[in-house]
Amino acid sequence: MASSSDQATYYIPHSGWYPIWVAVGSALLLFGLGSWLNDLKAETEPSRALFYTGAVILSVVLFAWFAKVVNENLEGLTSPQLHRSYIWGISWFIFSEVMFFFAFFGALLYARVLSVQWLGGEGAKGFTGEYLWPEFEAVWPVISNPDPAVFENPRGDMASPGLLSWGGYLPFWNTVILLTSSVTVHFAHTAIKNADRTRLLRWLGLTVALGVVFLFLQVEEYVHAYQELGLTLSSGIYGSTFFLLTGFHGFHVTLGTFMLFVQLVRAFRGHFQPKDCFGFEASSWYWHFVDVVWVCLFLFVYVF
Amino acid sequence: MSEAVLTHHDDHHHGPASGITRWLFTTNHKDIGTLYLWFSFLMLLIGGAMALVIRTELFQPGLQFVEPAFFNQMTTNHGLIMVFGAIMPAFVGLANWLLPMMVGAPDMALPRMNNLSFWILPFAFGMLISTLFMEGGGPNFGWTFYAPLSTTYAPDTVTYFIFGVHLMGASSIMGSINIIATILNMRAPGMTLMKMPLFVWTWLITAYLLLAVMPVLAGAVTMMLFDIHFGTSFFNAAGGGDPVLFQHIFWFFGHPEVYIMILPAFGVVSQIIPTFARKPLFGYDSMVYATASIAFLSFIVWAHHMFTVGMPLAGQLFFMYATMLIAVPTGVKVFNWVSTMWRGSMTFETPMLFAIAFVVLFTIGGFSGLMLAIAPADYQYHDTYFVVAHFHYVLVPGALFSIIAAVYYWLPKWCGRMYDETLGKVHFWLSFIGVNVTFFPQHFSGLAGMPRRIPDYALQFADFNMVSSVGAFIFGFSQLVFLYVVIKAIRSGRPATDRVWEGAHGLEWTLPSPAPYHSFTTPPTVTEAEAHS
Amino acid sequence: MGLGLAAAARADELNMTPGVTQISRSIYDLHMVIFWICVAIGVVVFGVMFWSIFQHRKSRGAQAASFHESTRLEIAWTLIPILILIGMAFPATQTLVAMYDTGGEDMAVEVRGYQWKWQYKYLDEDYNSTFSFFSNLATSRDEIENRVVKNDNYLLEVDEPLRIPANRKVRFLITSEDVIHAWWVPDFGIKRDAIPGMLNELWTVVETPGVYRGQCTELCGMDHGFMPIVVEVMAEEDYDAWYADRVRMEEARHEALSKTFTPAELMEEGERVYATFCASCHQANGKGLPPVFPALAGSPIATGPLSDHLDIIVNGRAGTSMNAFGNQLDAAEIAAVTHYERNAWGNDVGDVTQPIDVIEFMSGKEAEETP
Ligand code: HEA
Ligand code: HEA
Ligand code: CUA
Ligand SMILES: [Cu+2]
Repeated sequence: MASSSDQATYYIPHSGWYPIWVAVGSALLLFGLGSWLNDLKAETEPSRALFYTGAVILSVVLFAWFAKVVNENLEGLTSPQLHRSYIWGISWFIFSEVMFFFAFFGALLYARVLSVQWLGGEGAKGFTGEYLWPEFEAVWPVISNPDPAVFENPRGDMASPGLLSWGGYLPFWNTVILLTSSVTVHFAHTAIKNADRTRLLRWLGLTVALGVVFLFLQVEEYVHAYQELGLTLSSGIYGSTFFLLTGFHGFHVTLGTFMLFVQLVRAFRGHFQPKDCFGFEASSWYWHFVDVVWVCLFLFVYVF
Repeated sequence: MSEAVLTHHDDHHHGPASGITRWLFTTNHKDIGTLYLWFSFLMLLIGGAMALVIRTELFQPGLQFVEPAFFNQMTTNHGLIMVFGAIMPAFVGLANWLLPMMVGAPDMALPRMNNLSFWILPFAFGMLISTLFMEGGGPNFGWTFYAPLSTTYAPDTVTYFIFGVHLMGASSIMGSINIIATILNMRAPGMTLMKMPLFVWTWLITAYLLLAVMPVLAGAVTMMLFDIHFGTSFFNAAGGGDPVLFQHIFWFFGHPEVYIMILPAFGVVSQIIPTFARKPLFGYDSMVYATASIAFLSFIVWAHHMFTVGMPLAGQLFFMYATMLIAVPTGVKVFNWVSTMWRGSMTFETPMLFAIAFVVLFTIGGFSGLMLAIAPADYQYHDTYFVVAHFHYVLVPGALFSIIAAVYYWLPKWCGRMYDETLGKVHFWLSFIGVNVTFFPQHFSGLAGMPRRIPDYALQFADFNMVSSVGAFIFGFSQLVFLYVVIKAIRSGRPATDRVWEGAHGLEWTLPSPAPYHSFTTPPTVTEAEAHS
Repeated sequence: MGLGLAAAARADELNMTPGVTQISRSIYDLHMVIFWICVAIGVVVFGVMFWSIFQHRKSRGAQAASFHESTRLEIAWTLIPILILIGMAFPATQTLVAMYDTGGEDMAVEVRGYQWKWQYKYLDEDYNSTFSFFSNLATSRDEIENRVVKNDNYLLEVDEPLRIPANRKVRFLITSEDVIHAWWVPDFGIKRDAIPGMLNELWTVVETPGVYRGQCTELCGMDHGFMPIVVEVMAEEDYDAWYADRVRMEEARHEALSKTFTPAELMEEGERVYATFCASCHQANGKGLPPVFPALAGSPIATGPLSDHLDIIVNGRAGTSMNAFGNQLDAAEIAAVTHYERNAWGNDVGDVTQPIDVIEFMSGKEAEETP
């Protein structure tokens, strides 16, 4: 808990136009997305203009903002104290991300342990099932829904076929890939510490590549689910939890891969010193977080 | 040490920029604090105006003023705007103004993100309020937006509501990150954790609560979004989900949320009472531990909002016991405040009056909370006006009063001028009477069986509703007095001394009034005299 | 101040009702105990505080003491509240356990919430419906919109109350058709959410016959405030008698569905149904109250094609007070009333509408509606 502050080098940034434009951009983006979705629901011609405007503003401004931060750092304006603030910042940001996933894991747990049981006529509120859903069986993964007329049954699920046949089981290989990438990104870090640019580039490049491969396989997986198994977002609680958990994770992997890619570019430009590589470290922490989330996913969504 | 030496290091600008861009582009904690405070007051007026619509309709039995459909929108938006627009931003505004001054820093840790956290809000609430004017009307499913009323049966505008909540969440998360970084990383040498003023402590803990539950709320609305637009079945039994799942997720956020609205209030009161009792805060350490235990307990009591959903007995018992426990640390706080006053040398300027009213009326609200915690009794209280009475006692004379007290207390430091004491007292008495006339009768109509969220009611509830409505207008319009007092002080109040209050302790009072644009550009030394007061 | 108000008002406006069941009484006692405990604590805490405010004010020359902590005190005022709370927890737990003791019931009723009315299904031993009916708000728009004086049961009156026997254990199976509602009868001390797709259970034994009123207590949309609950508790023998004829009526209906009627029978039954369900708006003479309530005599609907006519009766008209009677009347009643409307007051379409026509019409509708 550092309480000694090096005031002499306080850096109080100029007031700047980035933040408010980020606010404008994200507001436009979300409002646009909202009307887009509503149009789709109302089956009218979707109006996407706002959405794209917001997207453009947001990406331009964020780029400028981060570029500015990077340059300030190169100019040596970043005091050790500001550096510590950044570290607190990213760490607690990652914590909030953890809580976001916590909500979805919670939903999965509730569905498996409580609601599906009750609807299937078991547990403390089992009478619900006996009285309202006599046909429904409490089995997980839920392949036949309480009311298949409303939520169409999938033909299959993604559950693990059992240790022996993991050889041909994509999620297993995805796990291997992500775990490896966590190691490679660590090597990249040590490379920075040893001021070894070539090894940094090699390991970091490899990490990014692994991230891309993971995403590719994940897409494969979804195509398989939608096409062969008829397992979709709308095929009941199993599809709902499966796609939102893996989907949001995939989204975070995309983000992480992009972050690491940016660091790769910066590495080419020689931005990183052994003592000063916060951008890289932040991205790698984020990457480790994404990795841990996947392990939980693999265990609770696929295996158990 | 009395004055902080103010030499300007390479901190790039020496005073505020001029014109509107000062506010749009500012990275200064004082400017941003000011923005937050004015924004939240505007929201108080709007949310309050909605409350007045509600009270007008409820003045008499029968439908006379608004349609039921619109009434539900008023109730919903009143709740949302007051919670997310009035109370929370007001406390963040106070944090912005005070934390750097209290820990001896020049500014917040991450000034640019600070600006972003604020400027997201006007857009978020713009989006929310605009839905009221769209076809189908705005959110009408209560501020707790239970599925499926808020999903399958919701107006289309619910989509904008959902994204609005996402934005508010983002704002709160960035705000808390900033506050945590400031407190843990920007403290002046010698300002150890156990020397921090309680307002700093309560905000540190509140920030952690926010970080932990805001993302969960985001998760909840995201599931709604997918149930509405992408055919998932989280909250639909036909697909193996459960509407009650929504309530569990919501209240896992929702209960800590209500403490997010009260912990900083505890902090404010713990600053004010010692000042006007001219006596150090009693039991500082226990205050810190009590706050922490309240925060911890707030994570394991959420289902006390759901006693009637038909939980299994074991769950019912667990949540009842856990909830009752919260009375203990909260009690410790109340007792400490009273002991702080005990054998002090008290004077009763406006901030102190509001602080004392807080202690009394919050405690009354706490008592009704404890009654609600008794599960079997809650079957009779739940979703009646008894609940409405409970939470208004903890929120209005609780959270809101503490904010008003804080403004009176620190305003001289902010703008260098005193407010008009007489008018301040007028404002206090009007508010105090108004708030009780409004909400005390609601205990009775609740116990007599009047449900919440209804635009029209049976005849036996008539008398109390009439009284309550009258009180609402008294209280409401007395807030315009507040507005006047503040503006008068800023414009033409007599100059304030640096110490402002005879009994005031803490680094912020060592700065000149008004406080310089960048609070401490060289670290102050923390003397015993200024430590934890 | 609060007490002043209290004095001003009637007792039943002031406090929770003790109610008419074991449970409701023990809840009431619990409520009072906690209440007085809180009052006591309040008196002590505020007493000390105001004493101090009065005595230790600067204007009375009080000098500030400097003490600012005492571990002993802190421990004391942590332990004492804990003990008080444990004291409260015991009776609370007992009551709760008692409430959860469902089963061993003498009869069961399914309570189903709709936007915005209640449906009551009387169930036999194997939980199959013997008969069921809807319970709608009976208060007139005129009262709600302040055109006439409000009666004493304003907003707390229904067209047909739930009837249960006294002194028998009644088990309620509570669920919902659309959104979450909550079924609450204060005098019984029971309240439970009605959740779509989920089932909640409640039970009660009422000792004293009488009429007991409650309201929906979960926000369920526009008319949440307008779906009251009325329970008429009957002496056991009266109940049995009532139940017997309700069952007989039900049987009569069932055969009616398969029967074909003579026009005369249809007119007679139709007139009865019309009088109970339609006449209040469309008037006995079919002239209605234009513009709000259209006339049926000579109306294009009542004299036009049968399907349109059935459609408006079965599905109602959204946004008007024309209900969808499809789920409130059975096919025989709908057939009769339709036939009546098409052939009364000088409407002489001359066709004959039989239950089977209605059944076909409705099943056709369902086929369209299922996604
Ligand atoms: C600032 C906000 C705030 C605060 C601080 C509290 C504090 C408490 N609340 Fe409240 N509550 C709300 C805001 C708040 N609440 C809101 C907004 C709702 C409604 C949400 C909705 O449905 O819309 C609600 C609803 C609510 C319910 C659900 C009611 C229902 O819907 O049926 C319950 C039930 O247990 C409850 C309990 C409590 C308890 C036990 C406390 C405790 O923290 C109180 C502790 C304090 C004291 C007890 C007083 C001081 C203590 C002493 C003097 C010590 C000695 C005392 C004893 C030993 C008794 N609250
Ligand atoms: C968080 C803080 C908060 C605050 C400060 C308030 C303040 C007030 N509340 Fe609110 N209230 C809630 C939070 C709050 N409320 C919540 C969470 C709910 C639940 C919502 C739900 O059920 O979903 C609720 C519900 C609620 C209800 C129940 C509605 C229902 O169940 O149908 C009522 C009814 O009386 C009510 C009344 C009031 C009143 C009279 C005030 C007064 O204190 C307001 C005082 C008025 C002003 C301060 C306005 C001043 C304005 C003017 C003088 C007019 C000029 C106006 C302009 C220029 C724009 N509130
Ligand atoms: Cu039904 Cu409220
Ligand atoms: Cu709570």
